[in-house]
Amino acid sequence: MLLNASGCLDALTAPDVARSLDGFVTKTVTPLPREGNAPVRIAETDVGMLNSIGLANPGIDRFVTRTLPQLEKLGVPLWISVGGFEADDYAEICSRLDDHAEVSAIELNVSCPNVEAPAESATQIVAAARIATRKPLWAKLSPAVPDIAEVARAAQAAGADGLSLVNTIRGLKLDARTLRPVLGPGQGGLSGPALKPIALAAVASCFSATGLPIVGMGGVQTGRDALELIAAGARHVALGTVLFADPDAPGRVRAELHAAASEHGWSSYDDAYGAAHEEMLSVRKTR
Amino acid sequence: MRRALLEVRANENVGPYTLLRVDRGPIEPGAPGQFFMLEAPGRLLPRPMSLCLAPAGELAFLIDPIGPGTRALCDLVRGDRLQVLGPLGNGFRLDVERPLLVGGGIGVAPLPYLSELLGRPPAVLGFRSDWHAEAAELVPRATVCVEPTLVTELVPDGMDVLACGPEPMLEAVRGRDGAAQLAWEAPMACGYGACYGCAVEIDGELRRLCVDGPVLSHAA
Repeated sequence: MLLNASGCLDALTAPDVARSLDGFVTKTVTPLPREGNAPVRIAETDVGMLNSIGLANPGIDRFVTRTLPQLEKLGVPLWISVGGFEADDYAEICSRLDDHAEVSAIELNVSCPNVEAPAESATQIVAAARIATRKPLWAKLSPAVPDIAEVARAAQAAGADGLSLVNTIRGLKLDARTLRPVLGPGQGGLSGPALKPIALAAVASCFSATGLPIVGMGGVQTGRDALELIAAGARHVALGTVLFADPDAPGRVRAELHAAASEHGWSSYDDAYGAAHEEMLSVRKTR
Repeated sequence: MRRALLEVRANENVGPYTLLRVDRGPIEPGAPGQFFMLEAPGRLLPRPMSLCLAPAGELAFLIDPIGPGTRALCDLVRGDRLQVLGPLGNGFRLDVERPLLVGGGIGVAPLPYLSELLGRPPAVLGFRSDWHAEAAELVPRATVCVEPTLVTELVPDGMDVLACGPEPMLEAVRGRDGAAQLAWEAPMACGYGACYGCAVEIDGELRRLCVDGPVLSHAA
């Protein structure tokens, strides 16, 4: 399945792009409306981009009454990204979404680098959300931890059905002339090609540690990038920064993915699932 | 919104700026003030550019080489190809009685096309230097000033101002009697509402310039 990364597409302003995906992941919804961070909010770096949007969203009330009915009309499976500042925030939103048949899955954003981290751990958030909804729960984790596999195992034990890997990692860009931060809030989340090796490592570690289905994301520009994430252990792949430069990326990446799988002699890219681990194991054996 | 690979026809120097002329292909020129995302060779993100001129079969963009992306665009030569997405956003409304075009620096970029569609109304343009002011040749009926004279000193009362330029200029132009159509600018990753990067605070409210703007109508 090909998805967008949360916060990288507005399905209502670009419905055709959303329909070219197998599912649409919303921008993170929080209990109350948020305007987001002060500009400047984005900056290009040499091998990626920084953003500090700060979870701008209409809040759950308006999301449910206004946004969700419009999203439903798109006819695309909907994944709702949920955020907050304590476990109860997540639980409240999950319970509000539970009765909505048009919601296919909930992604718990426990890892936004641009807002204050939730006080509770990812485990507590997943556990609280698990009680509040029967929807499939995907925990979106940050790669900026000493051992992401440990976090993934804890999320699994708390009831997560899957993992979304990875969120952006905090970065800083300075104006070369003034040596002051380019972004209004100072630091931001780094995405784009710079994130790909980090995403591959996180997917591979969590695949080995949990066996949970994973949405792999981070620096996917081409079908070959997507195939690598699948080989590392991703069941699904999400497109992020590439959508900004190329709204036609879903169709292109899908075609490239099929072609890349064929080059490896696979009839489907599903055959590549976890393939990196077979090689990792065989390398270890020969040593 | 449509994206296509277009071929560069010519690349001309206009003072410190570059006028990049590309084959139009299937891309419509849109309304003056609307913009296009131009693939910047070797860079991750495209760059937003308003349309400067729309001769038959062609789209022309006036570009100020201020960073790696805009420099890469200015280095393109005849026969090179680049992806172009557009037209995007909201342009200037043309239903004005006494139009006056106001431009500052690279902000003159959308004015030649705007002037053409409005029937060559008067324009006042301000630049940093005589060299920069060479871009005034692109705008018919232009009164030109160079710093330290500011373009805002040349704006008479009672005109329908359509302006593009640096933020302090836009605020000053607007301050005269309030009503104006202003083309704002902000760093943009996508140009079509996806990234929320181009939000700017206008009248105390954060707005995405790519979908709400870049031209905003301000009441008196």
